[in-house]
Amino acid sequence: MGKLDGKTAVVTGASRGIGRAIALQLAIEGANVVVNYSGSEKKALEVVEEIKSLGSNAIAVQANVSDSDSVQNLMSAALEQFGTIDILVNNAGITRDNLLMRMKEDEWDEVINTNLKGVFLCTKAVTRQMMKQRAGRIINISSIVGTIGNAGQANYVAAKAGVIGLTKTTARELASRNILVNAIAPGFITTEMTDALPEDIKNAMLTQIPLASLGQPEHIAKAVIFLASDDSSYMTGQTLHIDGGMFM
Amino acid sequence: MTTVLERVTKVIVDRLGVDESEVKVEASFREDLGADSLDVVELVMELEDEFDMEISDEDAEKIGTVGDAISYIEGKIS
Repeated sequence: MGKLDGKTAVVTGASRGIGRAIALQLAIEGANVVVNYSGSEKKALEVVEEIKSLGSNAIAVQANVSDSDSVQNLMSAALEQFGTIDILVNNAGITRDNLLMRMKEDEWDEVINTNLKGVFLCTKAVTRQMMKQRAGRIINISSIVGTIGNAGQANYVAAKAGVIGLTKTTARELASRNILVNAIAPGFITTEMTDALPEDIKNAMLTQIPLASLGQPEHIAKAVIFLASDDSSYMTGQTLHIDGGMFM
Repeated sequence: MTTVLERVTKVIVDRLGVDESEVKVEASFREDLGADSLDVVELVMELEDEFDMEISDEDAEKIGTVGDAISYIEGKIS
């Protein structure tokens, strides 16, 4: 018996990194999973296979979260396959790092469009279904840098801070329909995104983490399970900081 | 055959929990029938399902009374 038996979850950006771990953990708890990806079809299909080997159902659906038609197709595919959408995890994100003074307008736009507008579009697209169900969970993946800032990531930080505000507003608008909306702000988690950082930066980061190690994607995935399950039925509009104590 | 008025009335009664006698053509959803803005959004969604049509956001914003809803739907299905 899982905590999410029979539920259906849509996870954006689920072919790699934190999204992949979230998709797998949801499956372990018994949920059907819609594995959204933007470009990495092969990796998304591997996640689907892994979910099936865990005894849950899954499909991979290509969609660009910053495009409303594409998002609509994603949610239609989910509904056609599984009939409900109980859980939405807005995880898809990209980086285009640069110093503010060097940042190009398209670097700003691309990150805002995927990391912030994407959350808006996906949330809007599932709301109709969740309102009808009179139940739903939306979990937005923000970031510690959305709270404390980070040099070289003006676009990413603005988007991730925006996600926290969007989470609170969505939570207030939909609370009366029993749709609970919360965010998770991961600290430095071992993924391809953080592997790309130079060694000296990583070592400098470690000195800032009270628990003195990088996080694993599973640390985030377990918090998603909490926010998706009945265990968190009296909380909405919150941001859980899972960062080894970096932000207190 | 059930009329548009009867079908719209049923949706409103079910959604807003008001008495059928309160659902008059001139009644405003928000002022007379106690709906909040989210209720109106939801009501429009249910009318879309009931009449198997799509009501654009722009059109939906113009629907403020029971009569608005009925004439909009009649205009679409006739």
